[in-house]
Amino acid sequence: MLKVTDLFVAYGQSEALHGISFDGNKNETVAIMGRNGMGKTTLFKSLMGILPVKSGSIEVAGSEVSKDESFVRVAKGIAYVPQGRMIFPTLTVEENILTGMENSQSRRIPDDIYALFPVLFDMKRRKGGNLSGGQQQQLAIARALVTEPKVLLLDEPTEGIQPSIIKDIAKALNEIRKIREITIVVSEQVLSFAMDVADRLFVIEGGRLVHETSRADTDVGRIKQYLSV
Amino acid sequence: MEFSELLNIGLMQGFAGLSLFAVLLLMGLGLAIIFGQMGVINMAHGEFMTIGAYTIYLGSHLSSHYAPSLVSIYFPFAIVLAFLFAFALGWLVEWGLIRHLYKRPLDTLLATWGISLAMQQSFRTFIGPKEVSPTLPDWLLGSWAPKEGLDIPINGLFVLALTAVVTCGVLLALNRSRWGLRVRATVSNRVMANAIGIDTRKTDRLTFAIGCGIAGMAGAAFTTIGSTGPTSGQLYIVDSFLVVTFGGAASLLGTVVSAFGIAQTQSITEFFLHGSMAKVLTLSLIVLILMIRPQGLFASKVRR
Repeated sequence: MLKVTDLFVAYGQSEALHGISFDGNKNETVAIMGRNGMGKTTLFKSLMGILPVKSGSIEVAGSEVSKDESFVRVAKGIAYVPQGRMIFPTLTVEENILTGMENSQSRRIPDDIYALFPVLFDMKRRKGGNLSGGQQQQLAIARALVTEPKVLLLDEPTEGIQPSIIKDIAKALNEIRKIREITIVVSEQVLSFAMDVADRLFVIEGGRLVHETSRADTDVGRIKQYLSV
Repeated sequence: MEFSELLNIGLMQGFAGLSLFAVLLLMGLGLAIIFGQMGVINMAHGEFMTIGAYTIYLGSHLSSHYAPSLVSIYFPFAIVLAFLFAFALGWLVEWGLIRHLYKRPLDTLLATWGISLAMQQSFRTFIGPKEVSPTLPDWLLGSWAPKEGLDIPINGLFVLALTAVVTCGVLLALNRSRWGLRVRATVSNRVMANAIGIDTRKTDRLTFAIGCGIAGMAGAAFTTIGSTGPTSGQLYIVDSFLVVTFGGAASLLGTVVSAFGIAQTQSITEFFLHGSMAKVLTLSLIVLILMIRPQGLFASKVRR
């Protein structure tokens, strides 16, 4: 569903990603583990078209997107939940979700979104900026889901969120994958969360993927070593 | 002078202020949505207003020359045309110039100022340096006298109604339509709006054009209270900027309130003082209030 080949990304002269290749299958969750500054967010931003790709290819469901603008990529089936949520603080919860429905005919938010995140239904008239961090995270996921993605990218969804809500988010992600059979790519520093959701784990270090493992064979000690400072 | 006479003068002067309020509000609305959407300060906004005013003149000229029977009904159609002309030109300007300058906001200031000068000269060359006034249809002339000594001009009432309709339309469109949602999402976070599927460039172009179109309607309103010349727009641009900054750049309600405040202060003090003194008083008040509230009168409060 998602196929990334030899992705190089640079900030001006300084190269940040040195040839990243990985793929995500239908109905699979992939976790990209790594410490701060190793290139997780750079990778996600370049997948989404926020940062330009120097070379390499990104394929979503067979179509090449690496030259497209962000909104075209959304239409082709990638959705993005950025680090720090980035919901629209001045819009209501309902309006925030509606912004994701640009390519849909209807202006009604599908019921399954509210079924997944009941708290958003209760707060739909509130301003997005007045929600708590965990609620904003759920809102950002809901907003991404209504674009009907084939590939869902989540950049550090657990950052700055209290542990009980982290469990809820893991549950929601597993639910989403089960119902929609999409590819989920999540970047993480919290190993327990990644072990809860991911089928495969990659470790990114210095702009390269240095380790790949399936959940069943994961050597927890080894990944912890990569993540420790 | 008796008290009732004074009251009448106050009311009439206040009403003159309302006409000014209408023009300022329409101008400010256009400026505010353009500035809010893409951070472009449109120095040529006054000239888009002039285009609207000339469109009305064109309508009046054509109808009185070729179809005198239509003189009484051309006005509403000319208003729509004024919007469309200014809208189309705004679209062109955004496409040809502004969109290349989004990364350089100060340059847009210079570029739109250049456009403003070029447009003024074009008016002078192709339409003429003399001020023109359209022949207003009979039903817009005269005044409404609810009681002795109190005359409310009908064209003022008309302008007020037009402004109310346009303002409500814009507010409604911003809060209820898809275009409005796109605009508000882009204003809130441009990169993220694009990454959630909104074509921000198209939104920019449409918004710029709509802002200019509203300026065109302001021009239509303006023809009922003054005569149109190549530099008519320039006279209003400074006041319109004041309206926007004073009201708080992101708040349309603020634009309405500040347009009202500025127009009324201006108009009422003008009656008792000299014209320039009225201006001095208005400006000092604005400076004073902006010193206390630099973000403008209204700014929406949320956690960011």
